[in-house]
Amino acid sequence: MKEFSSDRIIELKTPLSIEDIINLRSGNRISISGYIYTARDTAHKRLMELIKSDRELPFPLKGQVIYYVGPSPAPPGRVIGSAGPTTSYRMDPYTPKLLEMGLKGMIGKGRRSDAVREAMVRYRAIYMAATGGAGALISRAVRESTTVAYEDLGPEAVRRLKVERFPAIVVNDILGNDLYEKGQKQYQILS
Amino acid sequence: MRRISTKTVIQAVRDLAISANLELGKDVIHAFEEALEKEISPSGKAILAQLIDNAQIAREEKIPICQDTGLVTIFVDLGQEVSIVGGDFKAALEEGIREGYSKGFLRKSVCHPFTRKNTGDNTPLIAHIEIVPGDKLKICVVPKGGGSENMSRVFMLPPSAGWQGVKEHVVRTVNEAGPNPCPPTIVGVGIGGNFEQSAFLSKKALLRPLGSRNSNPELDQMEKELLEEINKTGIGPQGLGGRITSLGAHIIMMPCHIASLPLGINIQCHASRHMEVTL
Repeated sequence: MKEFSSDRIIELKTPLSIEDIINLRSGNRISISGYIYTARDTAHKRLMELIKSDRELPFPLKGQVIYYVGPSPAPPGRVIGSAGPTTSYRMDPYTPKLLEMGLKGMIGKGRRSDAVREAMVRYRAIYMAATGGAGALISRAVRESTTVAYEDLGPEAVRRLKVERFPAIVVNDILGNDLYEKGQKQYQILS
Repeated sequence: MRRISTKTVIQAVRDLAISANLELGKDVIHAFEEALEKEISPSGKAILAQLIDNAQIAREEKIPICQDTGLVTIFVDLGQEVSIVGGDFKAALEEGIREGYSKGFLRKSVCHPFTRKNTGDNTPLIAHIEIVPGDKLKICVVPKGGGSENMSRVFMLPPSAGWQGVKEHVVRTVNEAGPNPCPPTIVGVGIGGNFEQSAFLSKKALLRPLGSRNSNPELDQMEKELLEEINKTGIGPQGLGGRITSLGAHIIMMPCHIASLPLGINIQCHASRHMEVTL
């Protein structure tokens, strides 16, 4: 199969298989539909504690996508409040283990650590960016939201979201390319 | 003495908290539109167009511009001829935030530093209260997200570093932050004072409307130079590459100790939210 060109928007359906992501490249614009799970700082810490003590996780990891988000409360008549990505590096210490266990995609914003980038290549997974600070716009792609764990964490609870045409861009692909590095190099002016 | 009741303060803070989170300032939207014209990177242009749409959706559908409705800072100018009646002034600010964040369906983003247990009502807040001449009370509510605040820095430079050193540290801070603080950013710079004052000034500098000139011609020139250097980094909107990394660089400067050159750098994401009222 040929690599996708960068001007087309590629449809992705979750859960993801290796075939779904093998030809995706850093810079590809994508549109995600299906179920994704939300988890951020404290939820990650709790997931790691479960993994360490060999207990069952509140949701399956294999082939799944985690969205780093803590949405604002849903006003009456809405599924969710504002729901843009949070900065991803804070989840870096926990991510290689989740990738080893079969996590296939992550949506957030900002750079990942070398360890996470290496783990994405090793376990064949991708990292995608959504537009930070565009939470009102992004909330339109969320059709259902169900809390599946850690309700006590409020905005940090783990939710299962049904999304339709969620807009994102591939930052890190399975070959180890990084859009932030590539993009900055292309536009920087060296004096 | 002019009397202002805490009830009035609570209502004002509540309304400001909600409107600040739902309605992006015209100056910021105008800066997006200008940036969209200047930006040469296709992904940068696409992001800027999304931000303009996002502000419109937030305003029309009454949901927050960004889900990170922040830890709140409130700047207060309290006229020395005003008497606050009916209770504790700081408690009134807090109650206003509590009510605004509950009624406005805003995210509660404040927690214990170690247990990370959420306080549940987005309090406490940070209040900077200044006593000024007159009989007016000005309240400015600033909800600021964690992503951009995390990328902010204070440096205690040696005096020999000079303006060149200040510029290098600002550009390095912007470069290290990269995509993390949601560019295009606004960079607040506080020069002089002491350790905490430089940080305070850097945040205060963010409140000046985008696109406005610094009233001091020397600082105005420095701001231009700084913004040009920042926009040479190539970080661009959301860090995906581009020429618009920051929409503005604002400087406030004051004298400092003969041994010091304090430098505060407060990075503000593109969702630059603040709303004020004068009572």
